[in-house]
Amino acid sequence: MELNARAPAGPIENRWSDHRFHSKLVNPANRRKYRVIVVGSGLAGGAAAATFGEMGYNVSCFCYQDSPRRAHSIAAQGGINAAKNYQNDGDSTHRLFYDTVKGGDFRARESNVYRLAELSVNIIDQCVAQGVPFAREYSGLLANRSFGGAQVARTFYARGQTGQQLLLGAYQALERQIDAGTVKMHPRTEMLDLIVIDGRARGIVVRDLVTGKVSSHVGDVVVLCSGGYGNVFYLSTNAKGCNTTATWRSHRRGALFANPCYTQIHPTCIPQSGDYQSKLTLMSESLRNDGRVWVPKNVADCNKDPASIPESERDYYLERLYPSFGNLVPRDIASRRAKDMCDQGRGVGPDVAGVRRGVYLDFGDAIKRLGRSVVVERYDNLFQMYERITGENPYEVPMRMYPAIHYTMGGLWVDYDLQSTVPGLFVGGEANFSDHGANRLGASALMQGLADGYFILPVTVSNFLASQKPGAVDDNHPVVRQTVSEVEDRLNRLLSIKGTRTPDSFHRELGALVWDQCGMARTAAGLQLALEKIPALRQEFWSNLAVPGTGAELNQSLERAGRVADFLEFSELMCRDALHRNESAGGHFREEFQTDDGEAKRNDDEFSYVAAWEYTGDVSQPKLNKEPLTFEYVHPSQRSYK
Amino acid sequence: MSRTMSLVLNVWRQKSASAPGKFVRYEAKNVNEHMSFLEMLDVVNEELSAKGDEPIAFDHDCREGICGACGVVVDGVPHGPVGGTTTCQLHMRTFKDGDELTIEPWRAGAFPVVRDLIVNRSAFDRIIQAGGYVSLRTGSAPEANSLPIAKVDSDSAFDAATCIGCGACVAACPNASAALFTAAKISHLALLPQGGPERQDRVRRMVAQMDHEGFGHCTSHGECEAACPKGISIGFIAKMNRELLTAMATAPNEVPPAK
Repeated sequence: MELNARAPAGPIENRWSDHRFHSKLVNPANRRKYRVIVVGSGLAGGAAAATFGEMGYNVSCFCYQDSPRRAHSIAAQGGINAAKNYQNDGDSTHRLFYDTVKGGDFRARESNVYRLAELSVNIIDQCVAQGVPFAREYSGLLANRSFGGAQVARTFYARGQTGQQLLLGAYQALERQIDAGTVKMHPRTEMLDLIVIDGRARGIVVRDLVTGKVSSHVGDVVVLCSGGYGNVFYLSTNAKGCNTTATWRSHRRGALFANPCYTQIHPTCIPQSGDYQSKLTLMSESLRNDGRVWVPKNVADCNKDPASIPESERDYYLERLYPSFGNLVPRDIASRRAKDMCDQGRGVGPDVAGVRRGVYLDFGDAIKRLGRSVVVERYDNLFQMYERITGENPYEVPMRMYPAIHYTMGGLWVDYDLQSTVPGLFVGGEANFSDHGANRLGASALMQGLADGYFILPVTVSNFLASQKPGAVDDNHPVVRQTVSEVEDRLNRLLSIKGTRTPDSFHRELGALVWDQCGMARTAAGLQLALEKIPALRQEFWSNLAVPGTGAELNQSLERAGRVADFLEFSELMCRDALHRNESAGGHFREEFQTDDGEAKRNDDEFSYVAAWEYTGDVSQPKLNKEPLTFEYVHPSQRSYK
Repeated sequence: MSRTMSLVLNVWRQKSASAPGKFVRYEAKNVNEHMSFLEMLDVVNEELSAKGDEPIAFDHDCREGICGACGVVVDGVPHGPVGGTTTCQLHMRTFKDGDELTIEPWRAGAFPVVRDLIVNRSAFDRIIQAGGYVSLRTGSAPEANSLPIAKVDSDSAFDAATCIGCGACVAACPNASAALFTAAKISHLALLPQGGPERQDRVRRMVAQMDHEGFGHCTSHGECEAACPKGISIGFIAKMNRELLTAMATAPNEVPPAK
């Protein structure tokens, strides 16, 4: 398949404004005739649905939650980047662009990233005008902080709830349009398939999660903003309901899936405490500013009270290995070193399935150096959160931390217009692969979701609709009915297996497998092993699944079963992508490809491309398509944090 | 080492909004003290499902106390016995071996039961639809720093905006009033200059919608504030009342009818 990114040429500063000018418009009087289907109500979907509604389109928006306000964007803590340069520290659109391309380890498309940096400033204006209560200085002007090792303070924040406040801004704009009658909201409704007629996306099939009714919704364009696939690992910082069904079902209908092996690990999460664990909780990275990371030098000390281990018997391994950056090395390095320590048997905390997975993050020295009151001022809310979850007081006992999956950079392949390879299917936010390359920088996810939703999709979707005749298909079209009946058959199959294992038990097993073989560090042998085991697990799933109840009612087991079935297919593609990418880049670390110092080693000669996988009818035989990446403005270089 | 315990749970089971409900007794064995309350229910549900019985339905999503999806009444207290906490952040170390717990959904006429411990809270969305926003067209915003806002006002607005919309305030109130939820949004926007132009219409429409949904009146019991996982102050209810009185005194025109 020929992948045409349709990225404009010319000076990078002018590309988006030129492209906007050349994008076609829909006459305001005609907009209500077009039905726009938006799946997901987070920052990207909520902002897009609200904006389409304001423009006068006839919008239907779907979410699986009971209210659009609960989409997982709400859980983002840290902040949102914008190149406002309010701190006069040398920031600019170009610098944010440069940092994002470099941070993505040179695996993103320059044109897209520049546009993101350019729009970042509009997002802040928009959100402030909505009443988002960002942190302010005593002057009344907006405050900023430096985040994730950036050399400039460009991050806007609202205490530890930036995601919530931004999402409520989008949610309120959306509710305003629902009141105005331009948006019809469908909460507790899950998309289970994409309707494709003659190669064009024409609608979706959904299940009403309360009544169980399966129905079709046809429209003139489908916009997917359904989030990432981090829950393939079962344990992640994602919400429990996050899933890949909307993107995976679209992939099976023809949309290419790009770079699924790019997953991001967050180094400071509260470790698993037992095999009943349902999710992992992230603790802000800012803790590493003052906390010191260590494990015992001797395996024999690992189950001792940390206070009884003398200074000489502790290994402050980040300070030892990275003398200049110490505890502040980037996320991926901090994560991999924690894994190394635990793999050596030097992890601490509870033994879960035979391994102690945790390292200490110790504030003992910080309390001595700064005084307890300063530590209280800086970190008390985080310390309280830690104590609430673990029952341990971090002022007395060192915190325990372990990395967890936090974000996924891969997603459906999209061109510069955010249109997938299926015409009429647009993809925004974490669901697409676009702007973060192989690694996302802190405080960039909120920026991308809102840029896509408020500013990019309204332009590019309008351009698409301008050349379409509205209302071309109705619910009685044979393909629509066929797609509905396929969804019903699949649900009935899940219900009729009547085996002995629950969806969660399969999900846990899959999660543990991909976490071990396709998590923080990957090897060809491990990935091959996963590629053997996943199809076998999938086979067992389809022969031994237990789903109580029926399809014609609220049935949370059935919802989970459908999502796990898709993770069981998607995971294979993720491992295959990781196996084919014979290099290390960003969140994808292949042990065979590292420098003598153990750092990620890219192979720009062979792998400077986007890997876009095509469904061939056989989940185990996807076809690889490549979009070459060229760098005119930011030239690839190797990172060093020694 | 972690402590384990056995508990007896009396859980509200109700197949659908129209079906009658009843309490069903379950035993939860080998409950680890480090489990969250919802993880304890997960374990009970896994055992039920493996036997082919229908698991207990409950709402939940982020499991880190911010999405507002979860919430059950434990022994008469929304979100359980620990203050300032959502149900997903309540941990079993709060309880002791042999405890018998009663677990119910939010009880309020405006929050009909959907199934078991799940209720329909769409009334909250409709209250927001009645004016809980700033009427702003995407892309029309002025430069963000062109409007300085005193830090004290911005911080108070934040204190109100931190509401997660879980509905514990309604469940805790003897009148099933939604005053704390509604007041939080009205106050958030009234404290900021951006909310100024629509302030009077907003309070009138949102209060009218709240009444229309069937929530009770506020009689200042203060149970809502005690149950609120985000510690939102009932001082905001006083602010809502002041806003409403001012609006009625200065703009006595009709408000649009509630939907």
